Amino acid sequence: MTPVLRLLARRLGISLIVLVGVSMLIFGIARVIPGDPARIALGPNATAEQVDALRESLHLNEAIPVQYGYFVKDLLRGDLGTSLYTNRPVTQDIAQFLPATLELVLFAGILMVGIGLPLGIWSARYRGRWPDHVIRLVSLLGVSAPSFVWAVILMLLFAFFLPIFPIAGRISDIYEIERVTGFLLIDTLLAGNLAAFRDAFWHIVLPAFALAVSGIGQAARLTRANMVETYDKPYIEMAQAYGFRARRIARKYAFKPSLIPSLTIIGLDFAAMLGNAFLVEAVFAWPGLSRYGVAVILRKDLNAIIGTVLIISATFLIVNLIVDLLIAFLNPRIRYSQRGSS
Amino acid sequence: MKRTLVILLRNPLSLIGVILVALVVLSAIFADFIAPFPEHRGSVVDFVNFNKAPNATNIMGTDLVGRDLFSRIIYAFRISLVLGVVVLAIATPIGTLVGLFAGYVGGKTEFILMRLTDVFLSIPPLVLAIAMMGVLEPTLMNAMLAVTAMWWPWYARLVYNIARSEREEGYVLAAEVIGASTPHIALREILPNCLPAILTKMTLDMGFVIIIASSLSFLGLGVQPPTPDLGSMVAEGARYLPDSWWLTVFPGLAILIAVFGFNLVGDALREILGADQ
Repeated sequence: MTPVLRLLARRLGISLIVLVGVSMLIFGIARVIPGDPARIALGPNATAEQVDALRESLHLNEAIPVQYGYFVKDLLRGDLGTSLYTNRPVTQDIAQFLPATLELVLFAGILMVGIGLPLGIWSARYRGRWPDHVIRLVSLLGVSAPSFVWAVILMLLFAFFLPIFPIAGRISDIYEIERVTGFLLIDTLLAGNLAAFRDAFWHIVLPAFALAVSGIGQAARLTRANMVETYDKPYIEMAQAYGFRARRIARKYAFKPSLIPSLTIIGLDFAAMLGNAFLVEAVFAWPGLSRYGVAVILRKDLNAIIGTVLIISATFLIVNLIVDLLIAFLNPRIRYSQRGSS
Repeated sequence: MKRTLVILLRNPLSLIGVILVALVVLSAIFADFIAPFPEHRGSVVDFVNFNKAPNATNIMGTDLVGRDLFSRIIYAFRISLVLGVVVLAIATPIGTLVGLFAGYVGGKTEFILMRLTDVFLSIPPLVLAIAMMGVLEPTLMNAMLAVTAMWWPWYARLVYNIARSEREEGYVLAAEVIGASTPHIALREILPNCLPAILTKMTLDMGFVIIIASSLSFLGLGVQPPTPDLGSMVAEGARYLPDSWWLTVFPGLAILIAVFGFNLVGDALREILGADQ
């Protein structure tokens, strides 16, 4: 087995253990809920027999570990139960709302890497001079407010005062796009409808940017900090002595080794964005999983709460796995190591 | 200690941070004297002066039931700070103990404690707090509980990493050789070496706790009205954009200012203490 494959197997194993732990934790939290979930679901007009019947079918009369057993059994068959809020299978609800959130978070992730890393590189290259000071200040401001504050400010500036971007939603009502992937930016292209693509693109820019602001700041700060450390290394001095151009030194010699520690944090920031999507989706009326999540939480819809949190955590674990693999590929010490050190 | 303070006050950026933090903390403590309308922190209604743009009497305008926004923001600082202090005061010792023993003892203890930490760390922070608040009644106490539950693992991981590298140091071996007990070595020998990192993280985290707590109340899952809270004020005002812009802009800026102050100080502390090590 190659070292990278062995690492993948090890990480997959740990992720699985963690996912089981997450499911137990969420299940536990959902079961300490005050009030009778069956009564809440049926409303005050249901008879005692109806409530009893629902309790029986939801296994609510069993001990909690037994209930968890039923839950896992259903989960392995891909069944997360029925949402008491939409009266549909939770998996169906999630399949409907997840792509919108993923599209938003992925777009924000691209902005985070595409803007944050170059800012950090610049900042380190001009260390101690004015571009560095400006970038450091701006990136610190970026991490200093929750994404809903950025969402509100951006909306006020670029949707109301300067009406450049639309205020809410994913796409204008006039477009009917056939759902293939659920990602509107892809589906519009598949349908060959460029006007709709443009429209969807305009809709996603502002919410994605609001979601990305603190990530951009974080990425810039980290990249700068790591690169400043690298700049003190002797091989940079050697490159400078050879007379390589500052730009080449920054990109090739200083940035590359700094990328690895930055990547880990970028993975964590991605996770934070999955949570912060709750806030941005609320401001921009983005029809995603987070809006669904808040709705089911306010209605104490247990199956839906467990399902939503589980899916978000699984997404997060997958992202981290990808980041770990990326690091393994980038890091020659892991790529070439004979013993496959962890 | 004194040297740290001098360096803090010399650098213009960290000086601004110290001033911002002092402003926020002092206005929270002396809110009763600073707020022009202290009674507006509760459910007062003044329909003559409702939804007024900023003016000489109400420098940040009034809200939808006529309460002075400036007064409410000052009282909201109090809630945010109390919440931040309580959360960190509970989460830090828990996380530190877990990290310390996992890092020093190793073996099975390490595996179990750190996988438990991983479980908490692999639910996106806000999502865990949201899920908990969904189950609990939305009160200040429960909001603190939910944020604490998501916070301790970060300290566990920080301290674990330090403790694991300290485990091999000479002074730890020396203590083991003379037969010191595990709690003694963990708490009296290793812990002091983790303190600078913990303190720096606490300063930086004060800002993050304020962000998370305001996010919960923004979603309606935190402190409930009429108690003034920056997050719920923004949420309430967001429905009246763009006309009543002051309802969202001022509470939003208040969050930014408070968190920015703590971040500036935390950043400076990290540089100073990091260089000292």
